[in-house]
Amino acid sequence: MAKIKIQKKDIWIDMTPMSDVMTLLLCFFMLTSTFLTPEPVQVTAPNSVSELKIPEQDVLNILVTPEGRVYCGTENKNNMQAMLDIMTDKFGVQLNPNQIKHFREDAMVGASMSQMAAYLNLEPEKMAEEVQKLGLPLDSIKGGKSEFQEWVSAAREANPDIKLAIKCDSKTPYASIKKLMSELQDMNENRFQLITNLDVKRLND
Amino acid sequence: MAKKNLSKQKKMDTRVNFTPMVDMMMLLITFFMLCTTLAKPQAMQLTMPSNDDTKNLNEEQKQVTKASHTITLYLGSNDKVWYIAGLPNYDDPSCVKETTYGKDGIEKVLNEHTTEEGINPIAKIKMAKKELDAKKNEYNSKMTDEQYQEALKKLKKGELPNGEKVPTMTVIIRPLNTATYENMVAALDEMLISNVDKYVIDNVDKMSDDDKALIQKAGVK
Repeated sequence: MAKIKIQKKDIWIDMTPMSDVMTLLLCFFMLTSTFLTPEPVQVTAPNSVSELKIPEQDVLNILVTPEGRVYCGTENKNNMQAMLDIMTDKFGVQLNPNQIKHFREDAMVGASMSQMAAYLNLEPEKMAEEVQKLGLPLDSIKGGKSEFQEWVSAAREANPDIKLAIKCDSKTPYASIKKLMSELQDMNENRFQLITNLDVKRLND
Repeated sequence: MAKKNLSKQKKMDTRVNFTPMVDMMMLLITFFMLCTTLAKPQAMQLTMPSNDDTKNLNEEQKQVTKASHTITLYLGSNDKVWYIAGLPNYDDPSCVKETTYGKDGIEKVLNEHTTEEGINPIAKIKMAKKELDAKKNEYNSKMTDEQYQEALKKLKKGELPNGEKVPTMTVIIRPLNTATYENMVAALDEMLISNVDKYVIDNVDKMSDDDKALIQKAGVK
């Protein structure tokens, strides 16, 4: 009986072209992308045909959730630190180095000054959970500025060139955003940018 | 002979295994795809008037706009929108008409709005802008961005390239408290699409009682 001889074939595949393609893709992603900024709450911006790009630096991001909770923060950590210093001085809050470290790790401020110390004492994992229940108060303090307004003026003091960008969820009731804009207008911050997604379909119509 | 044998070099296999490299690349690409955003978000510039009354214009300084050059939009709940062309007639609630957002709604209303001079300024300006855009996007067009912006600015003021001057429209946007943020952005977007330069977001709480009564009668909510 003749034995069927199975030929041993060399199954070496040349990976060089594949690695070439991968390198190209990798370069493309590294050059064109910007890192996601972590937001305390995920919001969906509305669509518009506006093609204006928001500047990369000197932007104070104001985030408004569908429930009307307000957060604010800027990319520049030194500005954030300066803002915190101004606020703690004004409200007489003492923070220890560990709390300040936690503050710097956080992307946006959401805790009111009375809750700030307790909030910054939490573990970072707990903080991400807790921040969703917080939000800057928009109520005026003894007829003066609200805490939110104080944060905005602290940001203006820390960086006079700062621009305001409002990112608001499309389902937020107009009443909440009206209050926020009215507070900004009260302090003569009446130029701001509304962050939107590009509506390509409408643009081509 | 023996010498020749010694000099014979052994042929080495110079193929390198790229599989681990490809593995690593895959990982890196996945990481970048998940942790980054490709497109930077767009923004819409909005300038609101100051709440500080002393900084605003006096009544005399305010420009008087002809009635037929004004449109008032009321943004209500459930993505509904109403408009009044011209001045409101407080005795007749039927001057408040309902429309929709988008191409067949507000855009059409604005486009077909005829002023007392008997022209459709928004349609005319839009046509002129289309021509301008075509000129800008033309192959080997020599128009710079600055020139384009200059021409656009003139257009928005109602100065058409053929020397004709059309009146510009003023739109008053009044989002009710029941509207959403999306509605407001949609209305602002229509202003951008229709090249309306003069628009204002008005606070419904500060409306006159006549206006309040009118929209209540017309069923705007």
